[in-house]
Amino acid sequence: MRSLIESLWSLVKEADWGLRARQASAVLRLEIKRILIGRRSLGVLLFSLFPAFVAFLTLIFSPAGSFEGLGGPPVVFAVLFRTVYLRLIIFFGCVLLFTNLFRGELLEGTLHYYFLTPMPRWCLAVGKFAAGVLAAFATFATTAGVTFLFLHANSGTDYLDRFLWNGPGLGHLSSYALVTLMAVIGYGAVFLLVGVTIRNPIIPAVLIYLWESLNLFLPVALKQISVIYYLESLCPVPIPQSAITILADPAPTWLSIPGLVGLTALLLWGAATRLRTAEIRYGGD
Amino acid sequence: MASIGVQDRIVFQNVSKFYGEVLGINRVNLSIPAGITSLVGPNGSGKTTLLNLMTGLLQPSQGSISVLGISPTEPGQLFRRAGYCSQFDSFPRRLTGYQFIYGFLRIHGFGHPKADELTWQSLRQVKLEEAARRKVAGYSKGMRQRVKLAQAIAHQPDILILDEPLNGLDPLARAEMISLFQQLASSGLHVVISSHILHEVDLISDQVVLLDSGYVVAEGAIRGVRDEVKEHPAQILVRCDRPSQVAARLFQEDHIVEASLHEDQRGLLIRTRDSNRFYACLNRVVLEDQVQIETVAPADEDVESVYQYLIGQNGGAA
Repeated sequence: MRSLIESLWSLVKEADWGLRARQASAVLRLEIKRILIGRRSLGVLLFSLFPAFVAFLTLIFSPAGSFEGLGGPPVVFAVLFRTVYLRLIIFFGCVLLFTNLFRGELLEGTLHYYFLTPMPRWCLAVGKFAAGVLAAFATFATTAGVTFLFLHANSGTDYLDRFLWNGPGLGHLSSYALVTLMAVIGYGAVFLLVGVTIRNPIIPAVLIYLWESLNLFLPVALKQISVIYYLESLCPVPIPQSAITILADPAPTWLSIPGLVGLTALLLWGAATRLRTAEIRYGGD
Repeated sequence: MASIGVQDRIVFQNVSKFYGEVLGINRVNLSIPAGITSLVGPNGSGKTTLLNLMTGLLQPSQGSISVLGISPTEPGQLFRRAGYCSQFDSFPRRLTGYQFIYGFLRIHGFGHPKADELTWQSLRQVKLEEAARRKVAGYSKGMRQRVKLAQAIAHQPDILILDEPLNGLDPLARAEMISLFQQLASSGLHVVISSHILHEVDLISDQVVLLDSGYVVAEGAIRGVRDEVKEHPAQILVRCDRPSQVAARLFQEDHIVEASLHEDQRGLLIRTRDSNRFYACLNRVVLEDQVQIETVAPADEDVESVYQYLIGQNGGAA
C-alpha cells in the first residue's frame, strides 16, 4: 500500500501532464489502427455479431410478438445480454484483445519501439489500454445495440417506436451501453495485467472465467469478489433466476461504478509496475 | 573510473547481466566519452547485451549504468537525448516508412508540423524520401536498415546507439552511412556502434571497446589499446632509399625483434617491443647515415590487428 501511495504521489508530482496526454493519445492512434486491422479484431467482431444475426433471423422468420410469452423483448434481451454478451462475448473478446496489447507485440518483435521513446511505461500502458477500451466498446456496444433493436422490432415497429421514444427504451439502451463500457474497462484491465505478467494467458483466463461463471452459485460475500456481480447490478432489467441460484441484492450504483473504476486503476497500476522493469527478450518469449 | 552521474559520458559500473545461468556480460566497467566508439567482438561476446542495457531494454543483474547522467530506467528523460537503432528487424504492421517515423515522433510529444518536418528531414538524411510512402514490409533489407536509422535520429538525439548498422547495406550505402556517422559525431554527438565489419569500424572510430565472452578485453583509443598489447611487438613499415643499411643498424638495438626487407627493396617492415625507442633510433640513423625516408607508418595500429591479437585466436570470426 505504501508503494502504491508513493507511486501515485510521484505521478501526481510529475509536472507535464499535457505532454503525457499527447503521448498517450499518440499511442492510442497507433494502437487503434493495429487493433482494428488485426485478425483477432475481425474474429471478435464476427463473434459479437452472432447474437445480432440470430436476432435478425427471428425478426425475419418469427411471427410478430413471439417474445411476449417469455416476458417480452426487454426481458429476452436482458437474459441474452447477461448470459451471452457479458459472460461470453465481452469476456472472451476482452481476453483476446487485451492480453495481446503487449503480448502480441512481443510475439511480433515490435514492442521495443515503444520502449525507446521518451515516455514512462505507465503512459504506454494507459495509451494501449485506452485504445483497447475504445475498440472493444465500439464493437460490443454497436453489436449489442443492433441486437437490442432487432429483438424489440420483433414486436412491431409501433411497439419499438413507443418503447424507444415514449417508454424506457432509450434509458435501457444507455444503461446497457454503460454496463458494456464498465465491462470492457473492468475485464480489459484484468486481462491487460494478465498479458504483461503471465507468459500463457489462457490458463488464468479460464480460471477467471470459471470464477465469474460460478458467481451465480456463490454465497453473497464471495459474489462480491467478482466483476460480473457489479456489472449485473447495473443492468436495467432483472431476469428470472433458477432455483439453484443464490440470490443477492444488487450492489448500489454508487458502489458499482466507482468500485469498477477503482479496480481498473489498481490493475493498471499493477501492469505499469510490471512494465517498468520489463525486458525486451523476443527470443525468450 | 568516472563516478555514476557524469553528465557527458556513458558509464557502466561493475555491470553484470545473466540470462538465467547464461552469462551476458560480467563486471563491466566503462566510461565512454563523446565521439565515435565501436564495440567489437565475436558473436555472443555481449555487444548487443551492452547496448540493450544502455537503453533500458534489459535490466542489469548487478551494477549501475548512467547515460549522460540519466539512468536507463528513466525512459522519459533518456530518450529525449538518445536514439537507438537496434538489431531487431521487425516493424509495426502496415505502416509506411513515413508513418513509422512520424507516429513515433508524435509519441515523443511533437505536434504535427514539427513531427512532419523532422520525419522528412531524417528520411532525407538516409536517402529514403522516395520510398517514404511505401509500406515498410515491402522494403529491402538495406532500406529497412535505413528507415530504422532514420527513426533513431529523427528526434535529433545527443547520443546515437547503433547495433550493427551497416548490416544489409551495399558498399555505396555503407560509405554514405559511415559519412553520416562521422558528420553526426563531428557535431558533438556520442555515437556508439557495434559492428563486426572491422576495417569500416577502423575508419571511423575514435575509441574502441573490445569484448569477448562477456568481458571487456580492452577499451580506449586504438593506439592506446595497441600499446597495451605487449606480447605482440609493434609493426612499423619504413619506406626509404637504403633499407638494408637501416635494417643492419636497427638490428643492433635490443628492442628490435625482426626487420624484413620489402619485395621492391625500397622498404622494410620492423617489429619492435618499444616503438618510442624505435622512433628515436630511426632519427639517429637518418641523421648519421643520411638516409632518405619516404614514409614511416604503423602497420598494425588498427582495430583488425588489435582484434586478432586480443580475441582472434579464441574468438573465431568476428
